[in-house]
Amino acid sequence: MDLLLPQLFAGLSLGSVLLLAALGLALTFGQMGVINMAHGEFMMAGAYTAFVTQALVGNAGVSLLVALPAGFLVGGVLGLILEATLIRRMYHRPLDTLLVTWGVALLLQQVARDVFGAPNVDVSVPTWLTGAVSIGGLALPKTRLFILAIAIVCVLALAVVLRSTSLGRRIRAVVQNRDLAEASGISSRATDRTTFFIGSGLAGIAGVAVTLLGSTGPNLGMSYIVDAFLVVVVGGIGHIKGTVIAAAALGLMQAFFEFSTTASIAKVLVFVVIIAFLQVRPQGLLVTRTRSLA
Amino acid sequence: MRLRTTGTKRLGVLSAAVSAIALSACGAQVADADSESSSTSDSCVDTSGDTIAIGFLNSLSGTMAISEQTVHDSLQLAAAEINADGGVLGHELEIVTEDGQSDPAVFAERATKLITSDCVAAVFGGWTSASRQAMLPVFESNDSLLFYPVQYEGLEASPNIFYTGATTNQQIVPALDYMVEEGVESLFLVGSDYVFPRTANRIINAYAEEHGIEILGEEYAPLGHTDFSTIVNQVSAAGADAVFNTLNGDSNVAFFREYTNSGLSAEEMPVLSVSIAEEEIGGIGVENVEGQLTAWNYYQTVDSPENEAFVEAFQAEYGEDRVTSDPMEAAYTSLYLWRAMVEEAESFAVEDIQAVADGVTFDAPEGTVTVSGENQHIWKTSLIGRIGPDGLIYTEWTSGEPIEPDPFLEGYDWAADLS
Repeated sequence: MDLLLPQLFAGLSLGSVLLLAALGLALTFGQMGVINMAHGEFMMAGAYTAFVTQALVGNAGVSLLVALPAGFLVGGVLGLILEATLIRRMYHRPLDTLLVTWGVALLLQQVARDVFGAPNVDVSVPTWLTGAVSIGGLALPKTRLFILAIAIVCVLALAVVLRSTSLGRRIRAVVQNRDLAEASGISSRATDRTTFFIGSGLAGIAGVAVTLLGSTGPNLGMSYIVDAFLVVVVGGIGHIKGTVIAAAALGLMQAFFEFSTTASIAKVLVFVVIIAFLQVRPQGLLVTRTRSLA
Repeated sequence: MRLRTTGTKRLGVLSAAVSAIALSACGAQVADADSESSSTSDSCVDTSGDTIAIGFLNSLSGTMAISEQTVHDSLQLAAAEINADGGVLGHELEIVTEDGQSDPAVFAERATKLITSDCVAAVFGGWTSASRQAMLPVFESNDSLLFYPVQYEGLEASPNIFYTGATTNQQIVPALDYMVEEGVESLFLVGSDYVFPRTANRIINAYAEEHGIEILGEEYAPLGHTDFSTIVNQVSAAGADAVFNTLNGDSNVAFFREYTNSGLSAEEMPVLSVSIAEEEIGGIGVENVEGQLTAWNYYQTVDSPENEAFVEAFQAEYGEDRVTSDPMEAAYTSLYLWRAMVEEAESFAVEDIQAVADGVTFDAPEGTVTVSGENQHIWKTSLIGRIGPDGLIYTEWTSGEPIEPDPFLEGYDWAADLS
């Protein structure tokens, strides 16, 4: 099969998009247990940030580099507002959180429609990202390589923050055992806020990244939210490493199933595999046991 | 990153949410069936006053709002123009607007409301075939009129629906004729996974067999699909002379970006699309579709005094940056056609309109269109266009004269097995 390599790349690249969309969720859903249905809309906010930056800066190349941190900030601040106004009041009430954030998602979509109009807007791809890199007869679109790179950078940065900074230690402590962490003098409120800020900010970055591939419109978030949750659930809740593996696996599966069947059948097959997998391992790929009383 | 494990509980909540969404989808089917039984054939349309009520039923929210809002805008423009011109038979148009919410069940429900409680003389709107098919039994059982402004897959002719968009022999068949003329010998078919692309591709396959075109691949993506790397890999590997694209909505953006970024181009392997109009090009990015082909019956660049007036009026109303597209023009035309039919019949009654419909004409922006009494479609000129660097579409080829609508493709031998 002479399409093996291109398909391998397509799968990994799809995996990197899934990973970007799911990484923030792995924090907010995985670590904090908040089912945030508005996560996709934070992505949409990031995507519109890319659009606005491009309109302000003009040069597509420069604006993309500005938009990545700007998207992080916009997503993060939206997350902070959501956390401070609504989610804070309903920790440990997952069903309520789900419904409330679903409502927030619809609200944000309508705001986007009112502010930017219902039609999709165009975020142009910078010239240094158009076309493909040819390696041994294999054409790798530059945008996809760039997104792969962003995904890797985000994962590494997140890993470093969680592993090696005092902030990361606080986050992990609160997640593992909230009461003990509080007893040790950690402000769980401040930690929750920061975690939610980072998680939502990552959604913003994902939003900026996907403007390179697809449409930028009010419904952008809807197309990613389900896949993002799937990745986190399959990866094992609360495990960044699991999220990475799950994203790559789901991306590759989708690409190869799609190649040998059709895109619609591939989606079905991926779902079937996920359901079967969760029957065997309902806790997901990776899980760390702790002594905390859940 | 070690955490407590409340995973299974969270999964439970998530699956509850998923089944809730699935349930609401089932509800849609039930609502469809209900609307059929609510039959009241006595019209309550009130023609005694100075005004006459008509209904605009477009999705102003939800996923189709992107497209249907534009149709709604041009319907409003047509209504304002007609009112400024003295209305219809001396009655001022009174618009009742309903939101179809991108949901066929809502379309059926709101159509029933417009007919039975707002007592409108006719309803204008609908976009997806699913919404049209959901409304069809409502209009037939209440014996009311729907004007449907979008090109579609044909194989339908309800006496209660006037189809002002193209049927297949006014869009897809001429597009194939054009490709044959251009020497295309092999095609790759890419489409969204629902009724229109699947029907269109059946027609294309039948046509290809007759005319010796080789179909090198046929791929469908679910609506809203955002990742086209696999499909573009397959298109690229197949190396067809051209691609016939029946993708709908947002998927086009992802498809064309992937297409361009993989190094494919309009010169090398042109893509002919039947669902991309001026309105969509802005969102895809001109740089990704420049030079590609489209098949419609109207472009903003059509050179006629009627079109000049239409574009000018539209931009004066909604802004200089707005573009006009085929479905918008078809919607605009539908309101004028209804007026022409009412004035011909000198009555708002459905049976009177149906009786005089055959042969009613209107000098539309796309050119003169004529209603066919046989199938309630209209004669339309087919235009193949090429997307220019300014994001507008320029006519590359025309059928020269209006084509008689043939929704069941009865006039084509090769299509005998299709309907």
